[in-house]
Amino acid sequence: MDVAAHSAASPETAATPPLTALRQRHLLGIADLSAEEIVLILDTAEAMKEVGQRTIKKVPTLRGRTVINLFFEPSTRTRTSFEIAEKRLSADTLNVAIASSSVVKGETLVDTAMNLEAMAPSMIVLRHASSGACHLLARICKAAIVNAGDGMHEHPTQALLDAFTIRERKKRISGLKIAIVGDLLHSRVLRSNVLLLTKLGAEVWVCAPATLIPPGMRQMGVRVTTRVDEAVDNADVIMMLRIQLERMQGGYFPSLREYFTTFGMTEARVRRAKPDAIIMHPGPINRGVEIASEVADGAASVILDQVANGVAVRMAVLYLLGHRLNTD
Amino acid sequence: MEKLLLKGGHVVDPATGRNGTFDVLIEGDRIADVGTNLQAGDAKVLNVPKGLVVCPGFIDMHVHLREPGQEHKETVASGVAAAVAGGFTAVACMPNTRPVNDNAGVTQLILQKAREANLARVYPIGAVSRGQQGEELADIAELKEAGCVAVTDDGLPVATAILARRALEYTSMFEMPMIEHCEEQTLKGDGVAHEGAVAASLGLRGIPGVAEAITAGRDILLAELTGGHVHIAHMSAWTTIEAVRQGKSRGVKVTCEVCPHHFTLTDDLLAAPIAYDTNTKMNPPLREAKDRDAMIAGIVDGTVDVIATDHAPHHYDEKNVEFDRAPFGIVGLETAVSITLDKLVHGGLIDLTRMVELMSVNPAKILRVPGGTLAPGSPADITILAPELAVTIDRTRLVSKSKNTPYHGWSFKGGVAATLVGGRIVYANPAVPMQ
Repeated sequence: MDVAAHSAASPETAATPPLTALRQRHLLGIADLSAEEIVLILDTAEAMKEVGQRTIKKVPTLRGRTVINLFFEPSTRTRTSFEIAEKRLSADTLNVAIASSSVVKGETLVDTAMNLEAMAPSMIVLRHASSGACHLLARICKAAIVNAGDGMHEHPTQALLDAFTIRERKKRISGLKIAIVGDLLHSRVLRSNVLLLTKLGAEVWVCAPATLIPPGMRQMGVRVTTRVDEAVDNADVIMMLRIQLERMQGGYFPSLREYFTTFGMTEARVRRAKPDAIIMHPGPINRGVEIASEVADGAASVILDQVANGVAVRMAVLYLLGHRLNTD
Repeated sequence: MEKLLLKGGHVVDPATGRNGTFDVLIEGDRIADVGTNLQAGDAKVLNVPKGLVVCPGFIDMHVHLREPGQEHKETVASGVAAAVAGGFTAVACMPNTRPVNDNAGVTQLILQKAREANLARVYPIGAVSRGQQGEELADIAELKEAGCVAVTDDGLPVATAILARRALEYTSMFEMPMIEHCEEQTLKGDGVAHEGAVAASLGLRGIPGVAEAITAGRDILLAELTGGHVHIAHMSAWTTIEAVRQGKSRGVKVTCEVCPHHFTLTDDLLAAPIAYDTNTKMNPPLREAKDRDAMIAGIVDGTVDVIATDHAPHHYDEKNVEFDRAPFGIVGLETAVSITLDKLVHGGLIDLTRMVELMSVNPAKILRVPGGTLAPGSPADITILAPELAVTIDRTRLVSKSKNTPYHGWSFKGGVAATLVGGRIVYANPAVPMQ
């Protein structure tokens, strides 16, 4: 499904696309989004990117609304880009520092959420180590829940900013060969990206050691291989996933050294892809483990563009969810 | 002596070959006679309404009563009340209490609480290893003497092959089965759900079905080596039932049980209608259709000996958390009969005779306890079924202290009309009027 070129108009005056709103009041995962909704978010993000280029980077959509960032796991990119996005939408934002909250006294997620709810936030942006934590909150909270990464399940805004970056460079998603290499088993970024890219018609290849391929991978509409050369051959996009250094303890592969020689993205491997292929990574990168420094810092790398686009995409998500609040 | 005549019920008693309309005369706490047109004499007469089925009392040989130590989830008293509401005249309770039932003191406490509650009979199961730590055998002779009918480290498998061997040899002296929770621990890892496409898409760590089959295989071979009796608890994987089938064909003393959720539900339930519903989290987990169908096939072909519930009550607060942090387990005492009647009997897969074998005859035989029959002289433990009763499960109305069931709102055809223990009616379903 090809996507139209972006509109330069501000969000309030954009021409009405066929779909103007998201169907659900939460963003729990790409699994719940249709292809049309994904395109709506990407199109809205184009307009938001323009806002980010103004001197006064402000849109009034969330004025007077309270948005709480509840991050139970560490985060550099996601949290700061959500916070910037919220502020640009004029929201009153709050970061709950878990390490100094009553969570350290043993207060549960459910009780933490219910207590915050009592102060009537409009939205809660949640990152948590447990898969399904956002679904749990969505059942008990009136606030709109935005998934900033739940365990090994999904990281929907990451996949959305990845898609935005690909579209920006390649002008489309459909028909592209996209290779995703890394720890497929434990990665929420992988799951969200596979769902999104297949919904938009890309030819997705996933590659990992056999020990890190989840069951049912083939049924998700992707090509699965343990040979990285096969994955990157003629690829338009190469997306690397982080190898968590603690995975070695699980016996998934014998050493980081062996992982790099067999699966690491080196310049030699990149040369097998298309000449204008782009290199992506959600961050943080492990230099010399899943990706060689030269590749991460090279001309084909769009890793920092991904980060920049994260703000625009998160603005789009919050704008569309906030628009629902204003009209519900 | 109190006398009660159950008149005109449809009696299903495989042990005496009865399947038809018979009267049952109870004197005191025993069955006095079963026949046609029995004289009431001075007995109180209860006319069994048409359509109800009179069976030897059902025995649930896998129940967690949680007392001592976790009385917020369940107590012996609340557990036996739930049992009789579910049609069970006896339960065998698991030793993973706090403290563990690895000594006469805890066994005696449980029996005392059961006596005070005076509802279903309670047969304690003791631990295989001291503290269930998997290192040394518990004082199994002491446990038997105190009243335990079997031993298990349920919750966990017996930790090592050598300890399982010793336990099987040792228990064979007392004619007690060793009941095994089969689950190879290194394959289980941090798993919280069945290892398959559903867990992968939900981002949940998986437990492969073979983890169960590997331990079952180990124990079946050890039972063969030692002549001991291993009872495989709560089977869930098709590979496990294959191992049992092969062991039985070689004459190994292996018996096995399946829980209703493993012959009705699959892991799809974790994703929808309620994503990450912790009432779908138990161990062993809900698996795939192939596994569920293998359980049904085993029930039909006789490989499966027992339907037990693995009734595992947990407090609402404990289950109202993130999926991977919730404790494993669901309640089952009050849903087992309805599920079995609806899915297996009305489903045309088994008849009532087979149901009685699975829920009464075989548990009594395996645990070597009285019951499983209505032959004269037997205890007057009777389950009266209402196979046509429309039942809808409402978790707020469960008798158990805990409400953690995935079947809330489900409708079934079939339920319990009444439960008698030692000749006393300990439960009468208000929805089934009886004279």
